[in-house]
Amino acid sequence: MATTFAETPLIRSKHRQEAIVRVVLGLMAVAMVVPLLAILGYLFVEAWPLLSWDFLTKNPTGGMRQGGVWSALLGTIYLVTTSLVIAAPVGVLAAVYLNEYAKQGWLTRIINLAVVNLAGVPSIVHALFGLGAFVLFAGMGRSILAASLTLAIMTLPVIIASTKESLASVPLSFREACWNVGATRWQTIRGIVLPNSISGILTGVILQVSRTAGETAPIMFTGAVFFKRIEEGDPFAYSLSDQCMALSMHLFTITTQVTEAPKALPYATAVVLLGTVLLVNALAIGLRVKLRARKKW
Amino acid sequence: MHESAAPPPVRPLGPPKIQVRDLRLSFGSKEVLHGVSFDVDRNDIFAIIGPAQSGKSSLLKCLNRTIELVPGARQSGEVVIDGVEVSQIPSVYTLRRRVGMVAPLPVGLPLSIFDNVAFAPRAAGFHDKQELAALVERCLRQAALWDEVKDRLHTLGTKLSGGQQQRLTIARALSHEPEVLCLDEFSIAIDPVTTMRIEDVLKELKQHMTIVLVTNLVQQARRLAGRTMFLWNGEIIEEGATDVVFSEQPQSRKTYDYVNGIFG
Repeated sequence: MATTFAETPLIRSKHRQEAIVRVVLGLMAVAMVVPLLAILGYLFVEAWPLLSWDFLTKNPTGGMRQGGVWSALLGTIYLVTTSLVIAAPVGVLAAVYLNEYAKQGWLTRIINLAVVNLAGVPSIVHALFGLGAFVLFAGMGRSILAASLTLAIMTLPVIIASTKESLASVPLSFREACWNVGATRWQTIRGIVLPNSISGILTGVILQVSRTAGETAPIMFTGAVFFKRIEEGDPFAYSLSDQCMALSMHLFTITTQVTEAPKALPYATAVVLLGTVLLVNALAIGLRVKLRARKKW
Repeated sequence: MHESAAPPPVRPLGPPKIQVRDLRLSFGSKEVLHGVSFDVDRNDIFAIIGPAQSGKSSLLKCLNRTIELVPGARQSGEVVIDGVEVSQIPSVYTLRRRVGMVAPLPVGLPLSIFDNVAFAPRAAGFHDKQELAALVERCLRQAALWDEVKDRLHTLGTKLSGGQQQRLTIARALSHEPEVLCLDEFSIAIDPVTTMRIEDVLKELKQHMTIVLVTNLVQQARRLAGRTMFLWNGEIIEEGATDVVFSEQPQSRKTYDYVNGIFG
């Protein structure tokens, strides 16, 4: 009996359908690269006249119209680092508790609800809270510390959510196998769960850098200033109780508050901000690849 | 309840290793074990057979108290090992070391073969390198895996084949030198030849420990067990000497039908 592989109309229509779907989906995927390339290209072209090493290492001068972005760049680095140093341990440990220890009950449900809702609070509201709680009530004044704490509270729920997700990706059977041989929860977490979720956890934390670096509202009320001159080339020019400049706020002020600034100045500032963020993201991707290679199942 | 009616087979002297009395277990409002009672003899292989969802695996979890880690599980009745009610044992970790557990699907932890077996001793604070090496070798030999892996102990356990991983799981369960070894359908994911090898291992192991074997393969129970229990929908249909359970006249017609493949 001869089996035929002849094309029937049904099969032809299936092939056609498959081809159409593939093209449409592919176009969508490509379409999302377009805005990114457009933004990068546009920024670079506009910023080109000002881009130089000096732009990174010199303070702004001449009523913000000349010089570089040194004090803003360093301020952003301070804010981002300090806020992550505060938020990362708290967030990761809280997530470990929620995912590994917490029994399903009303308390856990309330905590999870709080995390979700905290993530939904607009940044300007965080700013007001930071002003009230840290600057005024705790008496920190407007400072890098107060601004970083505000940013930390903003990033916490996202870090908790991403960490929980990484932990949940470690199969339950691994945990059960450990419990079955008499290991405690903590031994299980330290020996098996954390080593196999650390890449995801770190990536989640590092990706928060881009969000923190771009925020303007929360730091505007709590620690960032219009202008501050600091020692050029000294990475320790700020202390935690100082006010600081920040790239995001600097970009905002030179576009809206400073008249007759050179046209390339905001673009160059944006390039520095974006460059910093992309650099950190690249670091996160590199780290992920490195740790993924060690993944063991 | 059926024990008294059965013709008393020759049972080893001494009190039973495990006594379960009126064990009830529910998840939320659903009761999955409706008051089961049975004894497991020392140095015997005790088989629990029965269709899926009959409560076999949950029963095993009650023995090492991992049932407490299952959300919503509620238990009543007694589980007594060596005369001590398990809930009275102050350290649950000690209990779990005394009652080894092998899960249905092989679980190679994402560690080296050596570390897989050394995990439990290390968790118990046992760090002497030479003694660990000797222990790992002994357990892998007992689990009939040593010859296949002795040259690559530091490669990943997760890269082994299914049958090898199951023997690795058994080696890990042996590494804390349990007195009771529970196996939950260990042959579900491995081929018949490996299954037979592990069965030989179990016959060897019962010299040193008491084995509780949950199995879907009724013939496996017949080959290995001294006593067999037929659990169905959370109730014991029959418990007795394996010869009797698999004979032409077990106490319950249901048992006959089940072991002969008429239902289930």
